[in-house]
Amino acid sequence: MSALSMNTTTAPPRAAAIDWAPLLLTPLLALAALPLVGSGSTWFTLTAAGLAMGMIIFIIASGLTLIFGLMDVLNFGHGIFIALGAFVAVSVLGLLPAWTTADSLALNLAAIGLAMLAAMASAGAAGWLFERLLVRRVYGLHLMQILITMGGMVVGEEVIKMVWGPQMIALEVPAALRGALLFGDAAIEKYRLLAVAVGLAVFIALLLVLNRTKLGLLIRAGVQDKEMVESLGYRIHRLFVGVFVAGSALAGLGGVMWGLYQQGVVPQMGARVNVLIFIVIIIGGLGSTTGCFVGAMLVGLLANYTGFLAPKLALFSNILLMAMVLLWRPQGLYPVTSR
Amino acid sequence: MIARLLSHDLPRSRPLAVILLLILLGLAFAPFLFPGAKAMNVAAKVLVFIVLAASYDLLLGYTGIVSFAHTMFFGIGAYGVAIASSRLGPTWSALAMGTVAAVLLSLALSFAIGLFSLRVRAIFYAMITLAVASAFQTLASQLSELTGGEDGLNFKLPELLSPAHRLMEEPLLGASLDGRFITYYIVFFCAALLFLALLRIVNSPFGRVLQAIRENDFRAEAIGYRTVVYRTLSNVLAAIFATLAGALLALWLRYNSADTSLSFEIMVDILLIVVIGGMGTLYGAVCGATLFILAQSYLQDLMAAGASAAQGLPWLAALLSPDRWLLWLGVLFVLSVYFFPTGVVGKLRKEQGR
Repeated sequence: MSALSMNTTTAPPRAAAIDWAPLLLTPLLALAALPLVGSGSTWFTLTAAGLAMGMIIFIIASGLTLIFGLMDVLNFGHGIFIALGAFVAVSVLGLLPAWTTADSLALNLAAIGLAMLAAMASAGAAGWLFERLLVRRVYGLHLMQILITMGGMVVGEEVIKMVWGPQMIALEVPAALRGALLFGDAAIEKYRLLAVAVGLAVFIALLLVLNRTKLGLLIRAGVQDKEMVESLGYRIHRLFVGVFVAGSALAGLGGVMWGLYQQGVVPQMGARVNVLIFIVIIIGGLGSTTGCFVGAMLVGLLANYTGFLAPKLALFSNILLMAMVLLWRPQGLYPVTSR
Repeated sequence: MIARLLSHDLPRSRPLAVILLLILLGLAFAPFLFPGAKAMNVAAKVLVFIVLAASYDLLLGYTGIVSFAHTMFFGIGAYGVAIASSRLGPTWSALAMGTVAAVLLSLALSFAIGLFSLRVRAIFYAMITLAVASAFQTLASQLSELTGGEDGLNFKLPELLSPAHRLMEEPLLGASLDGRFITYYIVFFCAALLFLALLRIVNSPFGRVLQAIRENDFRAEAIGYRTVVYRTLSNVLAAIFATLAGALLALWLRYNSADTSLSFEIMVDILLIVVIGGMGTLYGAVCGATLFILAQSYLQDLMAAGASAAQGLPWLAALLSPDRWLLWLGVLFVLSVYFFPTGVVGKLRKEQGR
């Protein structure tokens, strides 16, 4: 810590030197898989599928890592917003059968867009309530946070079961997005293209907001040193609530994508995805958005490659990946320096 | 004598002492007081969960570590007995070998996880254990030749413990003296012994160091205790006790599957038990486990009655439906973390202090 502050006083302010090594991991992994998979078209299909899965995971995990980075709150109840988003999407799409079955891309996309908006709104509102009722009283107390957010998760899951029932509900991709596009021998499911588009949009929007706006400046400053931001006259708590709501809304959006990807929703999906996104944010470095993105890509790609090469191993590929990354960088790919 | 047996950690509250005594008597004479298969099952489950929750309290309440891998060790114990008995046949040596092998596996695993991740912050450990536990659950369901997969394993116990074995033809004081009767008392005495051993551990100088680490690990380190070593030891001890509890569960059920001993739902149950009962006191585990298992077994019937009474009001009926009992326990959990973090036991002791 002291060495760091000495540096900043003597050297000019550190230019944003980009740490390339972790960014190279994703293409390296993809290239390494090419000879193992053998056929080029299969590799292309797998890579596209992996990237799409990674994008969806990123959308879900980005909110969690932001909340942790800014507020030092690890929300074990994050999964509940994922499940809520997915179930809201089920209801919304269920109300619009004419739009989802119509063979028109525009109507289909409109239906999905509407479902996403509703999911984000309800997950955001639930996030606001969650922060207000549960998290607000336990800032700074990690043990209590884990317990209380876990409790919130249990209650939330039961409420979802009460409203939508405990059984699995099918969530079909709208008509025009079913099936795959063929590029030579390689096939890419149309829905995955949508997932990549949405994921990239979220990533770019997050980067722009965080790096180019005053709000982003405040959030990044808050991650580094929240007392300082407070002493400059900004109400850090409002920022906290805003980020919590935004993170929950992102989880809701991710829940819609995940539900459509899995083609069904169950109340327990939140708890299941929780494990996955924890692994991703540990790999990325707790609190880092870029790290979260790289981590999500790695997890998505590896899951698809191992699923093809060694299906038994695929179930543990995440854990292995996490162990290897932590051996290389114990704080994750992009450690957040203030912690 | 009693003070020594309890390691001088007395209940320190008259109502609490009465409750504990009632629980002890109820469990000790369960076969005579509550004959019938369901009541016996409930009593045995209470015993197992007392040990399981008490061992988790060693981690959560005494050392201040949140682990989500506790059911993994519980499951290892249960699978150890189940696999050994179904492979090697219903013999005592199979039971012993299964238990020993399970304890060794838990020891190695908990030691590795502890060394790997206890150096860092509590939150990190919680996440890593969550990931490891879910991977282990997948592994157990994948190795279906060994673990029976989703169906689980049914196995037989040695002749002496099988339900068909009879000590006496006539029931004695309302209890039928068969193999189940003997098994129950084996479980009872093992659980009591394990609980007393845990009491001994938390009230030893070692236990005091754990509490110091919980309160302020920085200062504990400054006094000269290697916190990593103590945390890892606490983790290993808790894992071993959980493994033994798992072995007892398998012994009682003569069956094991991922759902009965490994699932994440059980992890949540343990958390609820420890927090509602009272963190940082083993008596909390006793009260919590008894309350929880009784609620799990009988409250649902009550709620079903309530739901059918509230038929006219669909919302109320949905809230009272027996499937929603976890909702109420979850709410109780959240409220108890806020308003009485010391749980039932802490509340009772405070009343006495006034």
